[in-house]
Amino acid sequence: MPNMQQNKTQISVQEPNVRNKNFDEVCLGYTLDEAINEAQRCLNCKNKPCSSACPVSIDIPAFIEKLANSDIEGAYEIIAKSSSLPAVCGRVCPQENQCEGKCVRGIKGEPVAIGRLERFVADYHRKNLTLKPEMPKLNGHKVAIIGSGPSGLACSGDLVKKGYDVTIFEALHVAGGVLSYGIPEFRLPKNIVQSEIYHLKELGVKIVTNAVIGKSITIDELFTEGFEAVFIGSGAGLPRFMNIKGEALNGVYSANEFLTRVNLMKAYKEDSKTPIKCGKIVAVVGGGNVAMDAARSALRLGADQVYIVYRRGEAELPARKEEIEHAKEEGIIFKTLTNPTEILGDDKGNVCGIKCIEMGLGEPDSSGRRRPVVKENSEFTIDVDTVIMAIGTSPNPLILKTTNGLSANDHGCIVADEVGKTTKEGVYAGGDTVTGAATVILAMGAGKKAADAIDKFLSK
Amino acid sequence: MYKIIDKISLNPTVTKMVIEAPLVSKKAEPGQFVILRVNNDSERIPLTIHDYDREKGTITIIYQIVGGSTMELDKKCIGEYIEDFVGPLGMPTKLDGLKKVAVIGGGVGCAISYPVAKKLHELGATVYSIVGFRNKDLIILKDEFEKISDKFIVMTDDGSFGEKGLVTTALENLITSGENYDEVIAIGPVIMMKFVTEVAKKYNIKITVSMNPIMIDGTGMCGGCRLTVGGETKFACVDGPDFDGTKVDFDEAMKRGGFYKEFEAREREKECNLLKKEVK
Repeated sequence: MPNMQQNKTQISVQEPNVRNKNFDEVCLGYTLDEAINEAQRCLNCKNKPCSSACPVSIDIPAFIEKLANSDIEGAYEIIAKSSSLPAVCGRVCPQENQCEGKCVRGIKGEPVAIGRLERFVADYHRKNLTLKPEMPKLNGHKVAIIGSGPSGLACSGDLVKKGYDVTIFEALHVAGGVLSYGIPEFRLPKNIVQSEIYHLKELGVKIVTNAVIGKSITIDELFTEGFEAVFIGSGAGLPRFMNIKGEALNGVYSANEFLTRVNLMKAYKEDSKTPIKCGKIVAVVGGGNVAMDAARSALRLGADQVYIVYRRGEAELPARKEEIEHAKEEGIIFKTLTNPTEILGDDKGNVCGIKCIEMGLGEPDSSGRRRPVVKENSEFTIDVDTVIMAIGTSPNPLILKTTNGLSANDHGCIVADEVGKTTKEGVYAGGDTVTGAATVILAMGAGKKAADAIDKFLSK
Repeated sequence: MYKIIDKISLNPTVTKMVIEAPLVSKKAEPGQFVILRVNNDSERIPLTIHDYDREKGTITIIYQIVGGSTMELDKKCIGEYIEDFVGPLGMPTKLDGLKKVAVIGGGVGCAISYPVAKKLHELGATVYSIVGFRNKDLIILKDEFEKISDKFIVMTDDGSFGEKGLVTTALENLITSGENYDEVIAIGPVIMMKFVTEVAKKYNIKITVSMNPIMIDGTGMCGGCRLTVGGETKFACVDGPDFDGTKVDFDEAMKRGGFYKEFEAREREKECNLLKKEVK
């Protein structure tokens, strides 16, 4: 008999007024008893709507059933069959639009807290299991993966398990891609990312850092060096700006720069050798997860007031619901239906304000969201000393520029079919570099599909 | 980890270092740069490639000890290792087809103007090298420049060596005395590049400058190195570092370059104190 409790089992989090001053993880996770209690809410539906909404098709009811019966390792094994990064996904997936969005329990009450359970299982496994995984038998084929972000890690995980000799090339000095440079410590602790990567290394994945494909070495050279297939998972790392006046002022950051300084270079630590100058009043432009991460990081760096400036309405905010709620609890001020028109500077070239205009909502646009329209004569200024642009990123053109035979679309995204096959023989691509900026889990799904396609290509 | 093969002090604040980095040396060209991290808690700093040896798999850099990170780097000895070293980044300087070029270097910028001048010399161009330093004690690469230049002019602020004055004066004198150049290439402090650009513009000569803004990743990811060039935002790390001088907003670049000045001064102070402690 399932546990018919209407709401999700409560999970402990750091108090808003405490956590907005530190970089420790906000969510503290379930205890074993809480996890089992929540797992027992699952109805174990035969048709598994949750699994069908999971980009990597985890057999969700099966792992939850194991967990409900206190078989945590059993639960882990089921998740691990489909996901290389469960501790990450349990934390950063937009579950409300995926598995939990389809949960039958959500029709009357709250869905089963699938994300929290996934996280619990992964964390429990990491903390309590020291067994070394068995090294798969090598099949003699070499595959190169470009980029060590979610899609590259997922692709390499699946390939190495099939016996491929996999080498990941990473441009930065640390592996993990956006998991390392983008998502902050308080949402995704870096030791968790590194331990998931360590797990892949134990399986035999090789990681070469400081290797910029397209500069240090080209894709064509990878083939001459004996790699038989290449997967491009280089992400969408090129920051966009609004092209409004004042964006070159001191104190204007791209979210990428701001978050890279904080996360990758640890600028939030007192003794960090990489500086960050975060002012007292900060405006973050944009409404996605990256905007929330930047805003909440700014607060933790000591800003007194942090604004989210977003041109559409509150209902259109693309960030995960939980991130928006957490941001509000922590004191972030939301200025929705507001669009910047100019960043104002003082005579020394430092930011001193942001000029905005109020917006209304018109007819739905091509994205299905209502188009923001300018309200005439509604301009106003907010005094700020820091502006962070979090309005999206585009794929980095470095690889496209240096590889013959790869096609791109108008947005600069690499053209690939549904399994990741590009226009160049033996070259596959997936994740943000194909779709434009999206989520960790969609990138992982693309990496997995490409791994399958590469396997078929090389088994011919 | 990247091994230090050689280290030579060129003057009290400028050091030349040869580092084993086969992946970088294979592709390196004049005008490109590397990003390095000295230790595992260090910041990423960009340094332009001074020279490369594809056979030995080495890259030579020349750096001026200006802040915490370069002090940290200078503490490393031959045989020791640098944590991270990535490149070659940025676009190589375009030199093909040039017949006669004035290559101008200011201070430690000469470390970068030298490989450009050398490559031009190898390509058969006539090279006039003009270098500027504050005084004679700071002069670097004099013999190297002499070897590859058809004309070599040293300018010092105080006249303690060569001629007294600025590189712009030397350039303008050459032009007014009838010298013609296909292009002027200037590498050095932003303020110097700004004024060299003004001279070149006055005489309608093509001018290329090498920008050196603050950057983190060096691959187009952070946008910290953005400049306004011809009214458009450009990233020095991937679009440059070379740009048409007449289009660069130098004043903005100077302001942006000073954003972390206080922090740099503090780090320098900290490193100095550490050094003092070690001496005891």
